[in-house]
Amino acid sequence: MAMTAHEIEALIKEAFPTAQIAVSGSDGVHMAAHVIAEEFRGINRVKQHQMVYAALKGKMDGSNGELHALALTTKAPD
Amino acid sequence: MTNPAEAEIKETVQANDVVLFMKGTSSMPQCGFSSRVAGVLNYMGVEYKDIDVLADENIRQGIKDFSDWPTIPQLYVKGEFVGGCDIITEMTISGELDTLLTDKGVAFDADAANKIREANQG
Repeated sequence: MAMTAHEIEALIKEAFPTAQIAVSGSDGVHMAAHVIAEEFRGINRVKQHQMVYAALKGKMDGSNGELHALALTTKAPD
Repeated sequence: MTNPAEAEIKETVQANDVVLFMKGTSSMPQCGFSSRVAGVLNYMGVEYKDIDVLADENIRQGIKDFSDWPTIPQLYVKGEFVGGCDIITEMTISGELDTLLTDKGVAFDADAANKIREANQG
């Protein structure tokens, strides 16, 4: 069962309440998310992405994860 | 939940300078994201060990637990997880991949890397 952009945004918002989040993609399986969050300051990119994946609470894990691909771009506010 | 493939994965990433866990093989990638990373490495003349996760479900799940990263492909340089398709693409364009490979003493074709960046001056 694919995920909507809104569901993805809500999950990320839950973990990063003050972040700017933009989720795009239409098929619900290959989606993209752009997240600007204070929590990322001073953290390397792999860790930043891992934090977002953790926010998705297993929706991406394993071959039966609803989300097959999430193109992520993350950074701390300038 | 023990990870049956963990020992094999650990040995592979330590025994090879560069390892790409991917879907398919370097010459026959089976997924767009794996194909992009393999393509960059091939074009930059980086020697790497390709592991087809489609051939072994234990490795396919085990690698995700090993690196705490839910997707394939996954690139390792000198035993360290570097990133998936997004991060490797960003690093290639920004030149960070060149720096990383140089720092780790991994040979690559710098001209080819520059060509990739020129081609991506969108």
